[in-house]
Amino acid sequence: MIPELGHFAMLAAFAVAVIQFVVPFAGTWKREPRWMAVGASAAQAQFALILIAYACLTWAFVERDWSVAYVAANAHSQLPLMYRISAVWGAHEGSMLLWMLMLTGWGAAVSVFSRSLPRDVQAQVLAVLGALCIGFLLFMLLTSNPFERHFPVPEDGRDLNPLLQDPGLVVHPPLLYMGYVGFSVAFAFAIAALIGGRMDAAWARWTRPWTTSAWLFLTLGITLGSWWAYHELGWGGWWFWDPVENASFLPWLVGTALIHSLAVSEKRGLLKSWTVLLAILAFALSLLGTFLVRSGILVSVHAFATDPARGVFILAFLGIVLGIAFSLYAWRAHRFVADGEFALLSREGLLLLNNVFLVIAAAAVLIGTLYPLIVDALGLGKISVGPPYFNAVFLPLTAPLAVLIGLASVIGWKRAGRSEVLRRLRWPAVLAVVGGLALPWLVEQKLLLVAAAGGMLALWAMLMALEEPWRRWRARGAAGLTQMPRGIWGMTLAHFGIGLWVLGVTFVSLYSIERDVRLGPGQSTDLADYRFELLRVEPFSGPNYDADRAVVEITRDGRHIAELYPEKRLYRAQGSVMTDAAVEHSPLRDLYVALAEPLDNGEWAMRVYVKPMMRLVWLGGVLMALGGVLAASDRRYRLARMLRESATVPGGATA
Amino acid sequence: MTKRQQRMAAIGALVVGLGLAATLGFTAIRKNMMYFYTPSDVAAQAPSADATIRLGGLVVAGSVRRGEGLRVAFTVADCESEVPVHYEGILPDLFREGQGIVATGRVGTDGVFTAQEVLAKHDEEYMPPELAEKLTDENGKHSCAEFKRVVQS
Repeated sequence: MIPELGHFAMLAAFAVAVIQFVVPFAGTWKREPRWMAVGASAAQAQFALILIAYACLTWAFVERDWSVAYVAANAHSQLPLMYRISAVWGAHEGSMLLWMLMLTGWGAAVSVFSRSLPRDVQAQVLAVLGALCIGFLLFMLLTSNPFERHFPVPEDGRDLNPLLQDPGLVVHPPLLYMGYVGFSVAFAFAIAALIGGRMDAAWARWTRPWTTSAWLFLTLGITLGSWWAYHELGWGGWWFWDPVENASFLPWLVGTALIHSLAVSEKRGLLKSWTVLLAILAFALSLLGTFLVRSGILVSVHAFATDPARGVFILAFLGIVLGIAFSLYAWRAHRFVADGEFALLSREGLLLLNNVFLVIAAAAVLIGTLYPLIVDALGLGKISVGPPYFNAVFLPLTAPLAVLIGLASVIGWKRAGRSEVLRRLRWPAVLAVVGGLALPWLVEQKLLLVAAAGGMLALWAMLMALEEPWRRWRARGAAGLTQMPRGIWGMTLAHFGIGLWVLGVTFVSLYSIERDVRLGPGQSTDLADYRFELLRVEPFSGPNYDADRAVVEITRDGRHIAELYPEKRLYRAQGSVMTDAAVEHSPLRDLYVALAEPLDNGEWAMRVYVKPMMRLVWLGGVLMALGGVLAASDRRYRLARMLRESATVPGGATA
Repeated sequence: MTKRQQRMAAIGALVVGLGLAATLGFTAIRKNMMYFYTPSDVAAQAPSADATIRLGGLVVAGSVRRGEGLRVAFTVADCESEVPVHYEGILPDLFREGQGIVATGRVGTDGVFTAQEVLAKHDEEYMPPELAEKLTDENGKHSCAEFKRVVQS
């Protein structure tokens, strides 16, 4: 009964989506405020309905209702409760439902927090979101209904893919989807701007917090995905340039460009059509990512759906959405006129440069991701493009970005004086060069030129991120810091995070030591200054798996550092084997042990790593996201809202 | 410069930049792309010894031999041909005899494939899509009695 209720809620949500699309649009056309107002309530109603559907599916998982095909395929009676709840998004149908929950959630949030928008703009934004909901709900109802029952009802479920039974995966997809789907709001704003032909500082100010929020979720999602891959399937790798990873990285790159060009549009009234184009592109790449992941044309751990009908549907949907968006753009974008002059040596000039590099990097990643698919589709052979390509193309394009980041706070809007700028960046530059040279030697006692270059870029970005708080502190003491707007704190934190990330990536790529060894109980291997000794391997039973668990002691100069317990698990339901690595970490290094395979006479193949500064890669990502939180919650967005509210209350109906 | 000139310059710079990125990208792709081979493809025309390829096939039953340390040798086959593979390192969790795998590496002049990386995926029925496609006949079925014999012998 409950699954049917969920299915019904989805159908009802579809009907509401149609209303949310048609009525507000008609309202703006006819200038009928009551019709426009329908958008907000429809968005909220739709969110409530999808929430009901989502709760029904979760209930089916919690209650182990094997008569629902999706539940039976992705859970098992012994699966712990946490994983039964997260199994809702463990495969295609359920993750589409989660996607819908996010999409309607963003829509409901817009309807609540954007009351201050001019009515027609809000109506148009919600109508565009409604149209997107129609597409996705249609997709679910026609090709991927999570509530489908099947007979006969099996005795037990087939269990969740063991790879997905990890705390990291409980939160990774929801965060990622929040990001992906969040760009739909920026997209809807862009379409509304194109329809209305209005694109001013106020528009940019409305759009910015939404875009920054979506971006910060995407940042967290990607960071967490990387962390999860490191622990669960990476064999110690943290980024593979897997097409599905690229699918999430592409919107991130364009989204990053977008939050920066939005700043230019807000502060200087420039780059307007470019900003709108980026908003469309960011969402287009999110959709493309969905298509790549859902169509099953990729060979990947993430690619679970292999029904061609789904691929065709999403491709068609992608074509329609983008066709309309780009036609509108071609037709209307020339109306956006720049409000001022443009000087290259100014903050807006450098932000444009940042945008160019980010977009080109995105293009390079896109080429590498799509080229093999296109070659295959044309029947020219099966090829694959590996990490060497992406590293070769991506690194040269991002190094200039790290240089540019350092200039963010010292170069002002409009036009900057050269001597003033030089004076401000003199000392940090010297420090960065000296520190960059010293760091590899201090940490690793071995100087590599590439490491020194990476260290310089990283220190440069970090020092220059602190330049603005430093300057304010120098000028006005503690008051200067407490009065610094959150937006600037956000920038400081995010840019500092990028610096940390660069540092982490540089060191972990250049100084990691990896070794595959064959060890028996009592034997040990030395790696850098660490000795890894395999004490014993013992059987171990988890809730739904049996494992061989090794006890590995790590010592340094005879001093005990840690005892690690890597496992080789056999999941009972599907008989699948999984490696669960064990990691001991400090901010400066990770010690990683994985149990690979049993060999003869009690010996095991093991993988042992020493990875310097691995944590910084993720810490950098988290700082970027935190910066996003601060920037999105800047007081001036709330102020603008309050001002508008007080202004519209007396003559409310006239807006 | 007038506004129009500036805009044209900006657009020009973007076009040149994107062109440059595309050129760099495609050169890098050419250098780094790997073709997919089945054992039959290797038998028909062996790739040059310095080309890294991806070899997909099924691990022949009873062919896995362990050596010193982490050295391992096995044979990969499809319907018609076999290729001996040497590998030193850790095999993936799902590596089993009779299982489809994809290995990255080079074919030496002696015809032995030296793998740098071995991938195996998913459940027993899983086959690398490239391989599954090559084993599919006109009726859309995996029909390869010959192949069963190779794998189960």
